[in-house]
Amino acid sequence: MPWDEGLVNSLVYDRPDPKEGRVVSYARAINEALSLALENDPNVFVLGQGVDDPTAMFGTTRGLPARFGSTRVFDTPLSEEAMMGVSTGAAMNGMRPIFMHNRPDFVLLAFNQLVTHATKFHFMDNGQTTVPLVVWAAIGRGWGSGAQHSQAIHGMLLGVPGLKIVMPSTPYDAKGLLLSAILDNNPVCVFEHRWLMKKDGVVPEGFYRVPIGKGIYRRRGKDVTIVGASHAIELALQAANQLAAETIDAEVIDLRTIKPLDEPIILESLHKTGRLLVVDTAWMKGGLCAEIGCLAAEKGFADLKAPVVRIGLPDVPTPAGFTLEQFYYPDTARIAAAVRGLARS
Amino acid sequence: MDSNIRYPYKGEGSQGFERFRDTCSHNELVALYLSMLRIRRIEEEIERRYHQDFMKTPIHLVIGQEAAAVGCCAALGPADLVYTSHRTHGAYLAKGGDLKRMLSEMHCRINGCVGSRGGSMHLIDKSVGMAGTSAIVGGAVPIAVGAALAAQLKGEDRVVVVFIGDATTEEGVAAESLNFAALKKVPVIFFCENNFYSVQSPLATRQPARDIRAWAEAHGMPAVSADGVNVLAVRDAVASAVARARAGDGPTFIEVPVYRFRAHGGAGDDSKTGYRSEAERAAWEAVDPLRLLAEYLTRTGCLDAAANERAERDIAAEIAGAFEHALASPNPTEDDLYRHVYAD
Repeated sequence: MPWDEGLVNSLVYDRPDPKEGRVVSYARAINEALSLALENDPNVFVLGQGVDDPTAMFGTTRGLPARFGSTRVFDTPLSEEAMMGVSTGAAMNGMRPIFMHNRPDFVLLAFNQLVTHATKFHFMDNGQTTVPLVVWAAIGRGWGSGAQHSQAIHGMLLGVPGLKIVMPSTPYDAKGLLLSAILDNNPVCVFEHRWLMKKDGVVPEGFYRVPIGKGIYRRRGKDVTIVGASHAIELALQAANQLAAETIDAEVIDLRTIKPLDEPIILESLHKTGRLLVVDTAWMKGGLCAEIGCLAAEKGFADLKAPVVRIGLPDVPTPAGFTLEQFYYPDTARIAAAVRGLARS
Repeated sequence: MDSNIRYPYKGEGSQGFERFRDTCSHNELVALYLSMLRIRRIEEEIERRYHQDFMKTPIHLVIGQEAAAVGCCAALGPADLVYTSHRTHGAYLAKGGDLKRMLSEMHCRINGCVGSRGGSMHLIDKSVGMAGTSAIVGGAVPIAVGAALAAQLKGEDRVVVVFIGDATTEEGVAAESLNFAALKKVPVIFFCENNFYSVQSPLATRQPARDIRAWAEAHGMPAVSADGVNVLAVRDAVASAVARARAGDGPTFIEVPVYRFRAHGGAGDDSKTGYRSEAERAAWEAVDPLRLLAEYLTRTGCLDAAANERAERDIAAEIAGAFEHALASPNPTEDDLYRHVYAD
């Protein structure tokens, strides 16, 4: 979106080494996944408000309407609930819709269809129907988006049976997880952080999949485990790199999928470090932070050398003002401070 | 209130049968009657046994509304799909759903049509095109539109009907769905059984005094009415809408005024509570679609007393057998609870 494009452009990421492979942006990786899926399966279609407009949903849908036509890539009325239901009904009848939203808040209008319908039919009709539906949303902050344009909704979806949720942090995963989500026979929410859209990474050409439900170690360490997903991983890695200079060795686990949760990888790392920090781009209460904290208490209690620490959003609506935002969002410094505290405990 | 009939019957009664008589062969007409009779007797037996508490499922009986479901499904082919609200029994049976599997479902048995995961409000059998239900008013509407979109995108010759009630037209998602259906000209039919009450709230407290069809027409599609007492009128209206959909001309809204002779949910009538008058119910019972059709068939020599008695006997035996089957069927196990949360 134009008003915070400058900010997104100004973000500094580590440059990938081109010797390791082809380098493309996160948004481009998504575009490739959509393109491949449309190419490989005539039942795939893409819909959403503005998917065919000139900004092309952060560039993720660029070129697709021209290439695949307006019956397979189409703009929709401003009817979030009905379009979620239409996508569900189409998915129940042999199609593989990808329903895109450029703000997570818009998905809230469609919760009745997502929570009470799309994720329930396979169970309610005893497996007669499958609902291979992808609900894609660009999440996270710009600046000034405030309480109704940048809410993190994945926490409230964690308790919805029948749903899967992926939150890639790298261009490689953005492509591979989206392809997995499209091929999955269940409703899958794919939440992609706005601040990652211009991040570059090594992305293979052609088709590949990243498995849903499997986390990955982004950094190995022995002192403290940091667990998170999406843009929180970027912050966690920056913090971990700073801390290395202080001889604090943090391990960073990128969950990639938050539902179903890769419990073994969290418990494995906790067993080694005994110290756990959970970082999330959403509210701490009742969400991913709370769930992982509970997991540690239930299944990793004997390994804990210190109380679990969580860093996420406070129990406060998202402010719109720039200064208030600085107090609101977690940053590298806060993560580093938390890790220091844990390492000393 | 007692003498006050808020929603009078405005149709033609049995006169209407004659008007549509040439749309239907003798055998078809008798088959429609038998289908309605069967549904009525099944519903009555469910109602009679409900207090025994073996059917631990919230029921919404269709007694009084049989002509709507039977007339509608008679205009559909096996490949056509039906989606419904919570009031499922009529459509399930009229679309060809199996009675044994229905009653097993209502008795919460593992061999129920959805394995005891849905109960009465989710009688689903995709093999006969009873494709899905929603217990949320309006919930099935966009899903049916999506099913129709799938048929259109795949080039399949398939029409989708969604059974809704008058209150569905108050849900925002219904307006959104009609708009999109008309925009894309998808092959869907919005089949609105207007029974004038949402639970116990009359239409007049929920909607301004305007024709419900005007609401539908405003979304860019034809809206017609068919007498819900007359199975032939319903069948004819749906057949026209099906032809329009198959021709690629898009959706149709059909309003079918009907009256439920029983409470919104559960067994028995609840008119005594005063939300509607007993006189109103009695006025509609005077045009009971089943009795009117039986009388018409008798009068025109299509059905004699002996044949009717035979049919009643056969249906009674089928129902008794199906209940026996359900009651003898196994319960689910704990393992069954965890099946079909995710698809493979």
